[in-house]
Amino acid sequence: MSAAMVLDNPWLRGLVIGGGVLGVVLGIVAYAIWFERKFTGLMHQRPGPNVVGWAGLLQPIADVLKLFQKDDRLPAAVDRPLFVLAPVLMLAATMMALAVVPWGWGVVVADLHIGVLFALSITSLAAIPIWMAGWASNNKYALLGGMRAAAQAISYEVPLLLSVTVPVVLAGSFRLGDIVAAQAGGRWFALWPPGPGFFAFVLFYLSSLAEANRIPFDIPEAESELVGGITTEYGGMKFALFYLGEYLHTVVASAIASAAFLGGSDMGPLGDGLHWMLLKTLLLTASVIFVRWSWLRLRADQLMALCWTVFVPGGLVLVMASALWVHLT
Amino acid sequence: MDPTWLAALAFVALSAVFTVGFLAAAAVLRARARKPDPAVELTYECGEAPTGSAWVRFHPRYYVVALLFVLFDVETVFILPWALNVGDPRSGGTAIVEMFVFVGILLLGWGYALRKGALRWQ
Repeated sequence: MSAAMVLDNPWLRGLVIGGGVLGVVLGIVAYAIWFERKFTGLMHQRPGPNVVGWAGLLQPIADVLKLFQKDDRLPAAVDRPLFVLAPVLMLAATMMALAVVPWGWGVVVADLHIGVLFALSITSLAAIPIWMAGWASNNKYALLGGMRAAAQAISYEVPLLLSVTVPVVLAGSFRLGDIVAAQAGGRWFALWPPGPGFFAFVLFYLSSLAEANRIPFDIPEAESELVGGITTEYGGMKFALFYLGEYLHTVVASAIASAAFLGGSDMGPLGDGLHWMLLKTLLLTASVIFVRWSWLRLRADQLMALCWTVFVPGGLVLVMASALWVHLT
Repeated sequence: MDPTWLAALAFVALSAVFTVGFLAAAAVLRARARKPDPAVELTYECGEAPTGSAWVRFHPRYYVVALLFVLFDVETVFILPWALNVGDPRSGGTAIVEMFVFVGILLLGWGYALRKGALRWQ
């Protein structure tokens, strides 16, 4: 069977391109964790991982092998079906959003005509496993963490949706491929039109940090007050799935932000290609890690106040501003 | 059916298999303690013996957040199809004016909620 025939069959396309994308992204996630630890070392003035392989480069592989061998006994008090299902749903929900990300050079698993909505609705499913884990653990820290996390996840859902509506208005399409095409030639929505696009990008970036439970919005697992939040009772591979889910969410959100606001595979006069999309995604992921070691965690009430009194009305104003821009030009 | 949906469905199945595969592989490969310490199965509460169940009633402020979320999420449901068509010259200025009225009413409600303290986390 020739390559063209594989790509014409939607099932095979989903499996072949999907498998490739999944493999590459999981590799990126593994090395994002390595980069985070190395970067933390730099910020703390210590070496970071440096024993396994040159500069600790084999550390992620060693960690994965170790996690596969961990004993994993469930605490007696947990609700077993929910407890096991939660990490599976958490990771799977985030992974599925990768289907609509256009990587450039035609590499996209399924460029759905409602791609933006698909990605957001799938990733927002993550609020459910977070709450499931918090409740099923039957642990007070986990319950508190789960409740806060669920409240945070659904609250920041609203500004996330509003911010991503701005590129939809500007491009006139929900298809991520069309949104990237509308930004061809360096007319990235984060730069042009001046104003709404840039602020929508900032809003999307901050809301994604909150959705992925990253500092400064990592109240759900604020380790100084909640032990490990929802992951308190989890061990072995189930804990790893949560951890992987969090990093994967960061990478997926970076990829969607690159496509929706930073031109995707377009690099203005430098041409167009998959490598630019990858570069933007990696830089955004790295910036998330930089933010983690530069800012303090918000308090739970500040977190909610920021969302409902600044982000939500701000998002509404941005949507209206972009609609006016589209109408007047 | 649009074939891109089939590709998306295949990818959804693939990610489900991947995730369950991780757990299944760990179930096969993982070490098992021959005589597990009974403390391993205790709920973690900073080393103390846990008191009571965690399945208790909790603060109603979460209910307010859920209510606000439903409100604003339904509002985005109205905005999304409008966002797709507002750039279409055929929809003209009416689409903009209508949405300004809608968002204006919404912001009035938001101001009311703000004054009533529903947006404060108390």
